[in-house]
Amino acid sequence: MREEELLEAIERYISGNMAADERRAFEQLRLQNSDVDQRVIEHQQFVGLLKQYGERVELESRLNAIHSEIDVHALVEEATERPAWIIQLWRNHHSKISVAASIAIFAILGTLFVAGSLSTKSGYIELVREVDKLRTDIRGGKYRTVGQVVKPAVLSYDKYRGTGFAITGNGLIATNFHVIEKADSVYVQNAAGKSYRAKLVYSDANSDVAILKITDTAFRNLGPIPYTFKKSESDLAESVFTYGFPQDSAHYDDGRITQQSGLNGDSIDYQISVPLNPGNSGGPLLDSHGNVVGVVKARLTQQQGVYFASKSSYLLAALDSLAQDSTIKKPVLNSKNTLSGLSRSQQVKKLRNYVFLVKVYAKN
Amino acid sequence: MNKESKIATPTDSEIVFGILNNSESAIKRLYVAYFPMVLQLIINNSGTPDDAKDIYQEAVIVLYNKIKKGDFELNSKLKTFLYSVCRRLWLKRLSQMSRYGGDLKDFQEHVPVEDEVEDENERNLQFSKMQSALGLLGEPCKTIIEDFYINNRSMQDICERFGYTNADNAKTQKYKCLQRLKKLFFQQK
Repeated sequence: MREEELLEAIERYISGNMAADERRAFEQLRLQNSDVDQRVIEHQQFVGLLKQYGERVELESRLNAIHSEIDVHALVEEATERPAWIIQLWRNHHSKISVAASIAIFAILGTLFVAGSLSTKSGYIELVREVDKLRTDIRGGKYRTVGQVVKPAVLSYDKYRGTGFAITGNGLIATNFHVIEKADSVYVQNAAGKSYRAKLVYSDANSDVAILKITDTAFRNLGPIPYTFKKSESDLAESVFTYGFPQDSAHYDDGRITQQSGLNGDSIDYQISVPLNPGNSGGPLLDSHGNVVGVVKARLTQQQGVYFASKSSYLLAALDSLAQDSTIKKPVLNSKNTLSGLSRSQQVKKLRNYVFLVKVYAKN
Repeated sequence: MNKESKIATPTDSEIVFGILNNSESAIKRLYVAYFPMVLQLIINNSGTPDDAKDIYQEAVIVLYNKIKKGDFELNSKLKTFLYSVCRRLWLKRLSQMSRYGGDLKDFQEHVPVEDEVEDENERNLQFSKMQSALGLLGEPCKTIIEDFYINNRSMQDICERFGYTNADNAKTQKYKCLQRLKKLFFQQK
């Protein structure tokens, strides 16, 4: 029997298209010939697999047709797990929330600033520099960028800082009363960084003037003072400048006399437009001819650019009182002004040796 | 899932009888009713909607064959069975892609279906071999084989379609084609 005929016979046998006697003969052949039997089974399996494959392909295409009718996109929306509402809120509105938060922060800072200013007595800040405060602030990292580097050795002692300036060559120093108000002891430090012990010889809280005397044995006479003290009142809009220690090194700033009376018409003070900072207090206010016209001392907190200096006439009055109230002789003030006619930078250079950093040591 | 799909959910026995009676609507209702459940499973376990389609269709085919074979025992709901098969298939797929973190987020109860999935896997392997063998066979053999063995057309039809002058030529051609197909099929590993 040829292969092809055998296959045809097998197919007819499987499909049941054989006549009864042919079928019997074929079954007989299967029993006798295991090879033929094997072929029957093999063919049956293979054709079965072909059929199943065909059914599978057909089923898959049916399922695809069904699938194409489903709105998968809508179902995806539904099936996606919703994140917590707060995360959604953030995702949808984070730009708005950020803006609102910024506004809120500005509002709070603004309110705090205004309220803080108002709580200070009459909005008038005396510009003594509180080192303790700075020290903690530096430690807390708040002012690192401002460059407030205070030497540790100094840190452990002095509590307030201000500025003072020489009245005479033998060591009389003028400063503000509020600078040394809480003093236990006072040191003054010159431009070279040398500190001298000083004692308070006169103070007047009313005009905010204090006179110190350097008592340190290491102190050498300063020589003639380059500036003079103006007795009369300076004019409005006169150009003035100051030189002092709002930071550890000397600092220059200038401006004009903006009002001939202080806060609420106080006749002791000038109002000036020279920017002042804590530490400037007690510094000299000089006019362009090199006359001391006042002692700088305060600023207004709720208004920008309003600063105060007490008039030089009150300093002179204090010196008069000094002679009466203490054992110190009435100081002989310099009458020869060597700053007049010099350029501003030359004037400041000459001032260097006569302006001191006042360091105040206080009990806590 | 919304109320509409709940109302439309067919009962299990409806589906089983429908499939046994070759009802087109039964399989469609089954498919539509449970696809969202599987979609939810897949896309919440780092899959895409297309993955969901593949996995779900495979599972539906497993269920369909099980029902057709008549050995579907109603010891679990169709829904649970489908979910379990999809879950199993997706776990396998994830570990093949080595994307499986060892933690699958579940949304339904499930039953063990390892045997069914393994059987199906074996069958799929055979089918893909058949598919590529048929692909390699070329025309007209492919069409002759498909017409005769899959679509159950008579040799007479096939003669006319391919313009063979007599049935014997066609039979010889069919025989040669089948021999080649067998060879191609068994050659594959």
